Amino acid sequence: MPQGDYIELHRKRHGYRLDHFERKRKKEARAVHKHSERAQKTLGIKGKMIAKKNYADKALMKKTLAMHEESTSRRKVDDDVHDGAVPAYLLDRENTTRAKILSNSIKQKRKEKAGKWEVPLPKVRPVAEDEMFKVIRSGKRKTKQWKRMVTKATFVGPGFTRKPPKYERFIRPSGLRFTKAHVTHPELKCTFNLEIIAVKKNPNGPTYTSLGVITKGTIIEVNVSELGLVTPAGKVVWGKYAQVTNNPENDGCINAVLLV
Amino acid sequence: MEDETVNNVMCQFTDPEGTTLGAPLYLPQNAGPHQLQQIVNKLLNNEEKLPYAFYISDQELAVPLETYLHKNKVSVEKVLAIVYQPQAIFRIRPVNRCSASIAGHAEAVLSVAFSPDGRQLASGSGDTTVRLWDLNTQTPMFTCTGHKNWVLCIAWSPDGKHLVSGSKAGELQCWDPQTGKPSGNPLMGHKKWITGISWEPVHLNAPCRRFVSASKDGDARIWDISLRKSVICLSGHTLAITCVKWGGDGVIYTGSQDCTIKMWETSQGKLIRELKGHGHWVNSLALSTEYVLRTGAFDHTGKTHSSPEEMKKVALERYNKMKGNAPERLVSGSDDFTMFLWEPAVSKHPKTRMTGHQQLVNHVYFSPDGNWVASASFDKSVKLWNGITGKFVAAFRGHVGPVYQISWSADSRLLLSGSKDSTLKIWDIRTLKLKQDLPGHADEVFAVDWSPDGEKVASGGKDRVLKLWMG
Repeated sequence: MPQGDYIELHRKRHGYRLDHFERKRKKEARAVHKHSERAQKTLGIKGKMIAKKNYADKALMKKTLAMHEESTSRRKVDDDVHDGAVPAYLLDRENTTRAKILSNSIKQKRKEKAGKWEVPLPKVRPVAEDEMFKVIRSGKRKTKQWKRMVTKATFVGPGFTRKPPKYERFIRPSGLRFTKAHVTHPELKCTFNLEIIAVKKNPNGPTYTSLGVITKGTIIEVNVSELGLVTPAGKVVWGKYAQVTNNPENDGCINAVLLV
Repeated sequence: MEDETVNNVMCQFTDPEGTTLGAPLYLPQNAGPHQLQQIVNKLLNNEEKLPYAFYISDQELAVPLETYLHKNKVSVEKVLAIVYQPQAIFRIRPVNRCSASIAGHAEAVLSVAFSPDGRQLASGSGDTTVRLWDLNTQTPMFTCTGHKNWVLCIAWSPDGKHLVSGSKAGELQCWDPQTGKPSGNPLMGHKKWITGISWEPVHLNAPCRRFVSASKDGDARIWDISLRKSVICLSGHTLAITCVKWGGDGVIYTGSQDCTIKMWETSQGKLIRELKGHGHWVNSLALSTEYVLRTGAFDHTGKTHSSPEEMKKVALERYNKMKGNAPERLVSGSDDFTMFLWEPAVSKHPKTRMTGHQQLVNHVYFSPDGNWVASASFDKSVKLWNGITGKFVAAFRGHVGPVYQISWSADSRLLLSGSKDSTLKIWDIRTLKLKQDLPGHADEVFAVDWSPDGEKVASGGKDRVLKLWMG
């Protein structure tokens, strides 16, 4: 039988000591004083630990009190007029999906304000050719140097087949190929993982554009059909441009902002 | 079958409710809708010839009987039941262009409503104002300020003399449409926002005084605008009331989020009946006589009535004509993706359940002649149902976003729908096809209304402009 069980057995047989509850009450009443004395006396790491624990207890207590306070006190809510008015039949519907919808009026506003090619990253660091491409030596004696390997992230269309190695001038490594991008809507501040449709423009040159190289500042076209965007004529928009904001070859993902 | 002899077929005319007209008669098989129309006019002893549409087993007859019989392989030995439906004698041109887009509201337009005579237009918006618009010059006429929060609902009295608006703060305000001034202080009483307003039909009470308002707090209140106070509070729903209608028999119908529809008596506010059946929120109610109740004594001819008594008489006449001898029908659309057709005066059980939508039904509406029901759903479709039997007729697909609101033209031949995809579309009931696509709004369309005189359509939405469309 474990040691602690003897007292229970004894209590079961004979009941509590006559002064048990009195002693218990006194001990509890003394406990705070004892605790305080100890907290004041202890030094060093022990003292710090006690102080930290006391602080946490106090903070929790205050939080609980505030919570109780809040549930009893009456506050005035919904008095001020909010933006984004919706009709009565939409008031009780959940609003979570609404943030996803890219608003056409935002687009309209943007169009009035800015020129067409004003992009979030107007200047990009030019990437030199020898940074972009790695020279691959080929031939039996490794003397031929006409092959290049792209060292940056690329987008390769779904129907792409590699050329035979004899004719393949540019190798786009499959480890650096991307099909999806994290696209942020600048006004709504929400991000979607969207499929890339094409590379629209690489600022470093048309050859990179045609190779589908994605570096910082590249404009890509993404598939926005699942956002439920519509044109003023009521058709679903599915392709939209976005500009890459990170260095995909370093990060292993593509982050972009939608151009609205 | 020889060509020179004309075959006959035994036909029986019935009206949409199923009562027969005359005895079965032999008709030559080469008779088409035109000939049938003459026969029906003769049988009914109509002085002026009315247009009719003919249906055989819920399919419209557009060809001579012979072709129909041949195509559908119907036995010529049985009695052919032909249902005739009177059509409106006037025809409304479909709107096809945007005649004006009037800016003015500083926030989304949440509701638009034409006055019963079609001469005035009011809109309520998220910028806490109600605006009245001049339809002739297509410019803002009055800006009515006074609400504390978004104006969610507006309703014209059926005599066109008052306009009531309800806001998100729960107060109601009555306006004088002639001056744009509030008549008196706001009517307070509701604790939460107003979800619906409905006026007492003019044929029950001649100068319009009473209306009923529904609120999110679960109460409906009957107000008297001359006493300027809440007369009766109809409480009983356990959750928010989403829709309220004042029926032509003097019964108030309320649909609520607690999945029930309740019927109230209006003199003391007693609960008469509870219609149960829906499995989720009831979103929208529609009465078969709703259009007549809304327009009161005004019809397509544009006659004006001098005294309230005369108005009451004319309205009662129109109401009785519309209702016929069948009881009033009620359709309810719900979040459980279905609709129920009720005959609340007869039984507390639904007549039919109308299933088919794949998303919640946001708005249901009876056609002005009561023969059709249209339903707008978040599954991007508008569906058309037979208004008497509740049978499915057609689905109109074409919107790429949830359909929010629908509205009928006064002749019941065209249906208008406004959607989240920023377009309005007009559907033809005869061909069951898209008649007109009306793009132009820059954002979601929250409210549409077709004026009772059929000339104009007004729409408002999130892009803050009010658009007027014309034929």
